[in-house]
Amino acid sequence: MKLLEGVPRRGAILLAALLVLLIVFPLFASGYLLAVGFLILYFAYVGQAWNIMMGFAGQLSLGHSLYVGLGAYAAAALYFHFGLSPWIGLGASLALCAAAGAIIGFLAFRFGVAGVYFAILTIAFAEFARIGFDHFAWVRGSSGLFLPVSNYTQNDLWNLRGSPRMFYYVMLALTVGAFVLCHALLRSRMGYYWLAIRESPEAAQALGVNIFRYKMVAVVISAAMTSVAGVVYAFYYNNLFPEQIFHISRSIELILGPIIGGIGTLMGPLIGALLLTGLAEGMRELMLQLGIDVPGVKQVFYGVCLLAVVMFLPDGVWPPLARKLGLKR
Amino acid sequence: MALGLSVIFGVVRVVNFAHGEMMTVAMYLTLTLFTALKLDPLVLLVPIGAVLFAFGYLLQRALINPFINRPEHSQFMLLVAVALVLVNVQLIIFGPDAQGIRTAYSFDSFEIGPVIADASKVYAAGAALVVAAALFAFFRFTLLGKAIRACADNYEGARVVGLDVKRLYALTFGLGAACVGAAGAMLMVVGDVTPALGPAYTLLAFVIVITGGLGSMPGALLGGLLIGVTEALGGVLFTPSAKSMFAFGLLVLVLLFRPEGIVGRKAS
Repeated sequence: MKLLEGVPRRGAILLAALLVLLIVFPLFASGYLLAVGFLILYFAYVGQAWNIMMGFAGQLSLGHSLYVGLGAYAAAALYFHFGLSPWIGLGASLALCAAAGAIIGFLAFRFGVAGVYFAILTIAFAEFARIGFDHFAWVRGSSGLFLPVSNYTQNDLWNLRGSPRMFYYVMLALTVGAFVLCHALLRSRMGYYWLAIRESPEAAQALGVNIFRYKMVAVVISAAMTSVAGVVYAFYYNNLFPEQIFHISRSIELILGPIIGGIGTLMGPLIGALLLTGLAEGMRELMLQLGIDVPGVKQVFYGVCLLAVVMFLPDGVWPPLARKLGLKR
Repeated sequence: MALGLSVIFGVVRVVNFAHGEMMTVAMYLTLTLFTALKLDPLVLLVPIGAVLFAFGYLLQRALINPFINRPEHSQFMLLVAVALVLVNVQLIIFGPDAQGIRTAYSFDSFEIGPVIADASKVYAAGAALVVAAALFAFFRFTLLGKAIRACADNYEGARVVGLDVKRLYALTFGLGAACVGAAGAMLMVVGDVTPALGPAYTLLAFVIVITGGLGSMPGALLGGLLIGVTEALGGVLFTPSAKSMFAFGLLVLVLLFRPEGIVGRKAS
């Protein structure tokens, strides 16, 4: 198998074990744990998408909520107004987000907006969209878009209506797909171009890499991938508010995973999402047990953990962990 | 006019994602001291500035200095974490409700010809101008101010000449924090405070600073003014709730066509 080339045997076995674990998980999990599992996979998936831009091509985006939101709204609005299947809506979402990514990328890279400025540009676009959608009457503006809900006895995969378990498997499939795609991308010629651009744009250009083109491709792929998560998000939660979905805290939330796990690594987003969501929900449980009901305690703890990781593990959790497991020398 | 206050933000050069959060800290300090001591917020401005200065100085020394040569995203994460902790500690202590204060002149107003202005806003604006002027003078005329500007201009050059760059950075951060503290005290006169205000102000501060020019003081003043006017006009011409859209639109334009800001010098 070409896909497995360069993967250490032990790594492959561990990966397979993890996959099996994730597949059988819903058979034993309660409704609550299933929701947590969905969240973990969701963040792992979006983190993976973001990682293409930041981890591979070195472009820091702080506005990925833009693509989640656009994707979610496009598919949800088509379903809401015309009863179109989300899988058709997905096409619209993909096209829309790819276009949005291409526009932002084109503007930014043509005009040489880089580094922190690029990050702020992405925030600006996301905020622009947030306020814009607040006033966009067709999708119900700031009062939010609600998808019709009833009690589903059967899983309707075509209309993406059904039990949490179905959503879990959809998200799992996406996460696995993203993992494989990223793995393939990293080993492709383009992947190596990206790494060259990340390490030194000048050197890459001097060697004849068309940095503009490859940065564009990274943005477009990342945006399109993120939009898929948006679609699933919309049909899982059944309600959309611009104030929530486009908010900058969402953008930050979704990049915490890969940063904690390890930027530019394949396992990073997965491990990061697992750690963060697990930690957050664990905290919640602990608070409940201790009877502490003060809002904010959880986030303070969260912040402190984050601080510790950034200070002491600048490369994230995965690289040292991989060495421990004997996957990397 | 209340927006004009945020002008003061523009002075800090370090990409500080915990800016608005620090300001709400100052606002809560003002609130607490006001209820305890019954002092005017505009008097409290000085001690609160001092407290925030110490806070900023320590933050820079303890947390940020080791990160100076780290990549941007890791600095950013650090400050996001700081912001997260700050917001939620405030949430724990003060609760999520908006709280405000009443001064003796809360309901006074001035009439200048056809224009009616709230007294509290006029006083706050005056205080903002004084602080801005003081800061400007400090950077322009004192030795320390010049040294700080030297560090910003050329990190290595400043070290070669024998400046203690790390201490100066900490001082700068302290100064920035002090300004934020002062701004917080002033804003308390004009409006209420909730913990959720922090992130919103961080964004606003960014918009203003970038529009004016990163690291340029007159630019920050101009940026504040420009954003204030843009938002006010946008609010009048369209719906008021959409006004921030115009600020972000302006930001995008500035980033694309003059990334160094309206006043800033071209980066070499």
